[in-house]
Amino acid sequence: MNPNNLSSLASARLRMRGVCKAFGATRALNEVTLDVGQGEVHALIGENGAGKSTLMKILSGAYTPDRGIIELDGSPFAPRNPLHARECGIAMIYQELTLAPHLTVEANIVLGKEPRRFGFLNARQTRDLTRAALSELRHESIRPEAMVGSLTIADQQIVEIARALVGAPKVLIMDEPTSSLSQVDSENLFAVIERLSKKGVSVVYISHFLEECQRVCHRYTVLRDGETVGTGDLKTAALADIIKLMVGREIKDIYPRSHRSFGKTVLQLAGVSGERKPKDVSFALREGEILGIAGLIGRGRTEMLRALFGLDRQKAGTVWLWSKESSHGTPSSRLGEGVGLLSENRKEEGLLLNRSLADNLTLTRFSPVSRWGLVNGLKQREQTQAWIDKLGVKAQTPDQPVGELSGGNQQKIAIARLLHHQARILLFDEPTRGIDVKSKAQIYKLMFELAGQGRAVVFVSSYLPELLGVCDSVGVMCRGVMASVKPVSEWTEHSIIAAAIGHEEAV
Amino acid sequence: MPEDPSPSSVRWSKLLNTFGPFLGLMLVIALFSLNAEVRPFFLSGSNFKIILTQTVIVAIGALGMTLIIVSGGIDLSVGSVVALTSVTGALLLMEQFSATQAAILTILTGGVIGLLNGSVIAGLRMLPFIVTLGMMGIARGVAKWMAKNQTVNAPDNPINKLMELEDPTQLFPLPHGVWIAVGLALATSVLLKHTVFGRYVFAIGSNEATARLCGIRVRLVKVGIYGLAGLFIGTSGLMQLSRLTQGDPTVAAGLELDIIAAVVIGGASLNGGTGSILGSMIGALIMAVLRNGTNQMGWRTYTQEIIIGIVIIIAVGVDKLRQRRNT
Repeated sequence: MNPNNLSSLASARLRMRGVCKAFGATRALNEVTLDVGQGEVHALIGENGAGKSTLMKILSGAYTPDRGIIELDGSPFAPRNPLHARECGIAMIYQELTLAPHLTVEANIVLGKEPRRFGFLNARQTRDLTRAALSELRHESIRPEAMVGSLTIADQQIVEIARALVGAPKVLIMDEPTSSLSQVDSENLFAVIERLSKKGVSVVYISHFLEECQRVCHRYTVLRDGETVGTGDLKTAALADIIKLMVGREIKDIYPRSHRSFGKTVLQLAGVSGERKPKDVSFALREGEILGIAGLIGRGRTEMLRALFGLDRQKAGTVWLWSKESSHGTPSSRLGEGVGLLSENRKEEGLLLNRSLADNLTLTRFSPVSRWGLVNGLKQREQTQAWIDKLGVKAQTPDQPVGELSGGNQQKIAIARLLHHQARILLFDEPTRGIDVKSKAQIYKLMFELAGQGRAVVFVSSYLPELLGVCDSVGVMCRGVMASVKPVSEWTEHSIIAAAIGHEEAV
Repeated sequence: MPEDPSPSSVRWSKLLNTFGPFLGLMLVIALFSLNAEVRPFFLSGSNFKIILTQTVIVAIGALGMTLIIVSGGIDLSVGSVVALTSVTGALLLMEQFSATQAAILTILTGGVIGLLNGSVIAGLRMLPFIVTLGMMGIARGVAKWMAKNQTVNAPDNPINKLMELEDPTQLFPLPHGVWIAVGLALATSVLLKHTVFGRYVFAIGSNEATARLCGIRVRLVKVGIYGLAGLFIGTSGLMQLSRLTQGDPTVAAGLELDIIAAVVIGGASLNGGTGSILGSMIGALIMAVLRNGTNQMGWRTYTQEIIIGIVIIIAVGVDKLRQRRNT
C-alpha cells in the first residue's frame, strides 16, 4: 500500500521482546515478540483469548509485564500507567467508543488537554485544533459544535481518532475498528489509516476480518495461546496459512454447505414498517431456509428485526406466522409463537452479564426446570451443562457469571437460550460480530444443523463473505426498504454492495 | 480467559461474599464489647432481645426494599407509608374493627400504595426515585390528614402484643414480631433465590433490555414487585403501631434511609442485579446494634448519626474494593 514503508521498517518504532505476563496460574503471554516500523500498519491477529488484548494493555500502560523488553524509537519504554503511555505517544482506540455523548465534538477532541488561557478555556484554539485534526482525516464535514451523541457511529469513530491525533501519537492501536461499521464507512476508515501511515504514524491493527487486514496492513503477527506463532509480510501471505497459524489446525471448509429441502412458508412480511425505520419490508421465509439480510449499517435491518419481534412498535404492514396473521407482537407473544431473536448487542441487551450461565440460558423458558414457580437448581444446571457440552462452550461451571466468558462463548450461550426455548424461527442479528474464527465456524455449522432440522433462520450480517457462504437467499436493505430478495447464486459481493447503496440498476 | 482466578480463590471470594456482612456484624458487636463497663449488659440475653425487637420494623421493610433494589429500583416513601399504615390501623381499631381485621387492612393499605407506586413507575416509565419521592409527601400528608394532625390512641388490643417484651430479663420468649420477621425473611429468601419470579427480579435489575428481549413482562413484574414490597411495608407499619400502641402520623421520618442503608450494607448494589435477603437482614441488625451500642456507651444522638454514616460508607467501600479485586 505504501512503498516508502519497506525502507522505514529498518527504523523500528516499536520493539517488544520476550514479553511475559501471567495472571495467577494462567500464562496470558509467553515470550511474545512484536516489531512495528515507523509508518507501518501492523495486523495483530489471533483468536479471542490468544493474548492480543493483554499485549495491547501492556503497551498502553494498563498492565505491567512480568518480564520482557519494550523499546519505543530505540529507547526503553516502561509505561507506568495509561496516562504516561499516552504522553509517550501510545494512543489506543477501543472497540467500544469512549466518547462523552453529551459533549460537543470539539470538547471531546480536546478532553483532558483543553487549551487554556489564564485558566479559562480557549475557545478559538480549541476550534483550531479540532479543525486541524478533522481536516487531517479529511472529515471536515463533521461540525465541531455538534453533539457527539447525534453523530453516526462511523463519525464518532473519526472523532475518537481525531482525539488521538491531537496528542501527536507515535503508535496508534486500533481494536476491531470496523466491527460496527458498514462497508462504505470501513473504506473511509481505511483511507484515514493510509493517510496516518504516510504521515509516519505506526498503527497496530487488531481485527478478526483477515481480508480487511490484508487490505490495510503491511505486515502481521499471529498470537496463539499467548505466544507469537508467526509474523511476515501480509501482502504475499496466503490467508489459509494465517488461519492455520491462528487455530493451530486447518479449518477445511468454514462454510460446510449442506443440501436440504425447504418446507412450507412459516414467516411472511408484507409492507412492514416501524416507527422510523424500516420503511417497507416484505419477504417470505420457509422451513429449512436461511435468509440473509445485507445492507449498510443504520439502514433499518436491526430495526426490522426489532419491529418483527415486538421490541419496537410495528407501525404498518402485515406479518403472517405459521400461515396466520400475527401483526403487532410483543416479545413474549413472539417467543410463545416459537420466534427467537439473537440481539446484535450481546453485552448491552443480549445477556445478563453478572448472572449465571444457567439463568441466562433458561430465562425465556423456565418450565422444564421449575414446578409451581419454584426453580429446580439441579435440573437447571444439568440442562445448562448439556448445552455447554453440545455447543462446546468453554466454561468452568453453569453457575459462573456469563460475563466471565470470552465473546465467542458468550454468544454460544445467547444462542443456546434460543435452542433451549426450542424456537423454530431464529432471527440472528450479527451473530458473529467480534468473535474468533473458530467460534464463527462453529456458529455457521450450527446454523446449517438448525436449518437441516427444518428450522428457519433470518441472518443479518455486514460481512458479505459469510452471507454468501451461509445463506440460501439474500435480501438487501437500502434506505429502510427491502430492495430485493434473490437466491444466493444470483448475488455477488459486488452486486450486494451496489444494491445496498442503491445503485442496483447501474450494475 | 487469562483473567480467570483459580477455582479455589473463586470459592474463597464466594465465601467472603456470603459471610462478609456477617463478619461486619461480629466486628461491630466486638467493638462495643471492648468497653468493660458496657460489656456485661450489652452482651446479655435481655439486651439482644431488645436489639432484635428494635430491628423488626427496619428488617421487614428491608425485605420489600431488597426486592425493589435488586430489580434496579428504589423506594423513598417507606417512612411515610409506615406512618400512614400505622395511623390506618389505629383508626380501624377505634372504629371497632377486630384486631385481625385491622391488621389485615393495615397490611393491605401498604400493598395498595405499593401497587400505586409500581403502576405509575411501570405505566408512565418514570424513575422510581421521582415517583416514590412524590409518594413520600403524599402518604405523609394523608397520614396527618386522617389523624387530624395528632396521634391516634387505639384501644388496648392484641396487636400491641406483637412487639411486647413480656419478660424483659430473659432472651426467650422473643416477641411475636421477631418470629414474624424471621418467618417472612425465610419466605422472601426462597422467593428471591428459588422461584421464577425471583429470577425475573434479578434479570430486570441486571439488565432491563435483556429481560424485555427474553419476553419477561417487565412492567407487570415491576408492579408486582412494588405491590409485594408494599405489603411488607404495611407489615412494618403494623409493627410500628404495636410498638407505640398508637398511630402517629409523624413517626418513622427518614426510616427509608435506614432501610436502604441496611440493604446496601448487606451487599446489594443500587445499580440493581445484586443483593440477598440474608445480607439485608444482617445489614438491619448491624444498624440496630450500632444504635443500641452507642446508646449504651452514653454517646449523644449526633455521635450516633455520624458513626452510622461512616459505617455505611465503609461497608459499601469495602464491598467495592473486594469487587475490584475480583475482576
